[in-house]
Amino acid sequence: MTFDIGDGVDSAVNYILDNFSPLLDLIAAVIGAVTNGIQTVLLATPMTLGIAIFVLLSLWRVGFGFALFTAASLWLVDHMGLWSAMMETLSLVLASTLVAMLIGLPLGIAMARSDRVAAIVRPILDLMQTMPAFVYLIPAAMFFGLGAVPGTIATVIFSMPPVVRLTNLGIRQVHVEFIEAGNAFGCTASQLLFKVQLPNALPSIMTGINQTIMLSLSMVVIASMIGAGGIGNTVLTGIQRLDVGTGFEGGIAVVILAVILDRITQSLGKERAGFCRLLFRRQAQQPTASAVTA
Amino acid sequence: MATTESDPTVKISIKDVFKIFGEQPERALELLKAGRTKPEIHAATGCTIAVNDASFDISAGEIFVIMGLSGSGKSTMLRLINRLIEPTSGAIEIAGRDVAQMSRSELVALRRNDVSMVFQSFALLPNRSVIDNAAFGLEIAGMEEAERKRRARTVLQAVGLEGYDDSRPDQLSGGMKQRVGLARALAGEPTVLLMDEAFSALDPLIRTEMQDELVRLQSEHSRTIVFVSHDIDEAMRIGDRICIMQNGEVVQVGTPDEIVLKPANDYVRSFFRNVDVSQVFRAGDIARKTQVTIIDRQGVSAAAALERMEHYDRDIAIILGRDKTYHGMVSRNSLIETTRDGASDPYRRAFLKDIEPIPAAESLSNVLGKVAASAFPVPVIDEANRYLGSISKSTLLETLDRTA
Ligand SMILES: Nc1ncnc2c1ncn2[C@@H]1O[C@H](COP(=O)(O)OP(=O)(O)O)[C@@H](O)[C@H]1O
Ligand SMILES: [Mg+2]
Repeated sequence: MTFDIGDGVDSAVNYILDNFSPLLDLIAAVIGAVTNGIQTVLLATPMTLGIAIFVLLSLWRVGFGFALFTAASLWLVDHMGLWSAMMETLSLVLASTLVAMLIGLPLGIAMARSDRVAAIVRPILDLMQTMPAFVYLIPAAMFFGLGAVPGTIATVIFSMPPVVRLTNLGIRQVHVEFIEAGNAFGCTASQLLFKVQLPNALPSIMTGINQTIMLSLSMVVIASMIGAGGIGNTVLTGIQRLDVGTGFEGGIAVVILAVILDRITQSLGKERAGFCRLLFRRQAQQPTASAVTA
Repeated sequence: MATTESDPTVKISIKDVFKIFGEQPERALELLKAGRTKPEIHAATGCTIAVNDASFDISAGEIFVIMGLSGSGKSTMLRLINRLIEPTSGAIEIAGRDVAQMSRSELVALRRNDVSMVFQSFALLPNRSVIDNAAFGLEIAGMEEAERKRRARTVLQAVGLEGYDDSRPDQLSGGMKQRVGLARALAGEPTVLLMDEAFSALDPLIRTEMQDELVRLQSEHSRTIVFVSHDIDEAMRIGDRICIMQNGEVVQVGTPDEIVLKPANDYVRSFFRNVDVSQVFRAGDIARKTQVTIIDRQGVSAAAALERMEHYDRDIAIILGRDKTYHGMVSRNSLIETTRDGASDPYRRAFLKDIEPIPAAESLSNVLGKVAASAFPVPVIDEANRYLGSISKSTLLETLDRTA
């Protein structure tokens, strides 16, 4: 005897299409607005200004050497003719990360506060991470058509689990004495969350966001199959035409964007590093003089 | 030693309190009341009995030390007072109000206004500067920024930590961190301060420094302090009264002297094996009124005094004012010499020059040398200069011998 689960899923998809189309339209409108908004801004930014912003961020958060790498690698991307494709990809990454955070942070907090919520959500996260992306790419395209919106949604599904997991873990790992201190001084539940738990879980949460960004970058090639655009298109074109050179150029551009985003977002959970360290070290040694330097 | 007899107001009253950790506390409590032992109860229910039928009172303004070996339930007892831990049964009254019955919002108000806490590993929030840590409680209570920073700066000054406002906790030494912890606890001007092994993580020199600091702060502004410690020296040093816990039970509550002199059981006695009694007792504790005392009145001749000394067969006498204040000490010889001169005011000129009265609060270790070097018993006086008694070599030896 065999079960036909596939038929069940098919009819479920049809049922949703028939009965929930206003809801689907709303989701599409909201995510479309976010993605298009970010994309419009990024594409309207002149290339030189864009590079300058990346280089300055690298200098501020990481250091002089990395700023040089950023400048050189972005110059390379521009000369491969992939700058605007990269901006399209970046806007897809930023939009899906934003959506993943908007859903994932509250979900992670809820998991940390309730063992029951955690027990329910955890298998869903496992499912999201292990289900092959192509499987939900098809219904995403059926629900939302082709383009950036289903691309963003598929990317969110694939990349959201780390931020949820690490928010939950970060909050649960806050030292019990900090929680006791918060309670002993009369925190309400929300004061405890915002003044004690989240600040102390921040490094863990930032690691989660960093991983979410990295995962969403790894989705760009796949998302371009349903018309999400960006560097994924370049790679896809290379594959379709068996043009190894074009595919390779696209691959390099993805890697460059990945390295830059990784280093910069990793630094966000930590103290200021690199170039600014010199300024701040002086302040640390002379606590009384801080008012002067600050 | 200061006891709280002068101020009998009870600040905190612990009544028949039990705390049982585990899944079935009610069943464990039934078994406990039916007389089953702890291992039996643990085997039957998996529950741990952390506090077992505790009842005692803590007076307003005293430093009350909860002492006991690790695992005896001290931290649990302390956390029942501000209900960081829910009691299984019993009442914990602070100024007459039962904490166990308070609503969530009453409890929050109590913690913001009346009861604060200092932690063993400091529990300073690492993402906040020193001043923001000190102002934490005030911020939680909704005080606006300028005012809470001003208040925080004042308490930081009071605990001897100036100029580190903008430092991060990890830039400070252990002793400095705990000063911040103390400042944070004092900023809200609580009436009750709970301290859980607050100085145990500090090295010995810093630890005594902080103990002295606490006693100094207490003398400036009296609060009710409940101090958990596993260190008997610390308990003796700062405690007005000490509560000894053993396996979750309160086995004895008393002043340090009572606990040294009349330990309730071998467990209590075992704490003192390594204690230096000369550090525990103070001069006032062992002074005895066995010497002849003579009231210094106008027109009374030295002959009457000599006569009394002969009658009691004593070589010396203590001369007191009408209000029992100590004037001086005379010997038979010095008195006979001055009366032979026929001078007026015979006592004053007969005072023995090298006798210095000892303040009652002096520790025995300091008294030891003085008594040993003196040919006569040494008089002891209180802060108002009143005569409390004398310490002779034999009293001293007896004390040291009895507690050794
Ligand atoms: N949260 C808890 N859950 C279960 N058992 C606990 C908990 N806290 C303390 N205990 C147990 O209660 C007993 C008393 O612990 P505690 O009050 O921390 O002792 P102390 O502070 O004197 O070392 C110990 O046996 C300990 O294992
Ligand atoms: Mg403890």
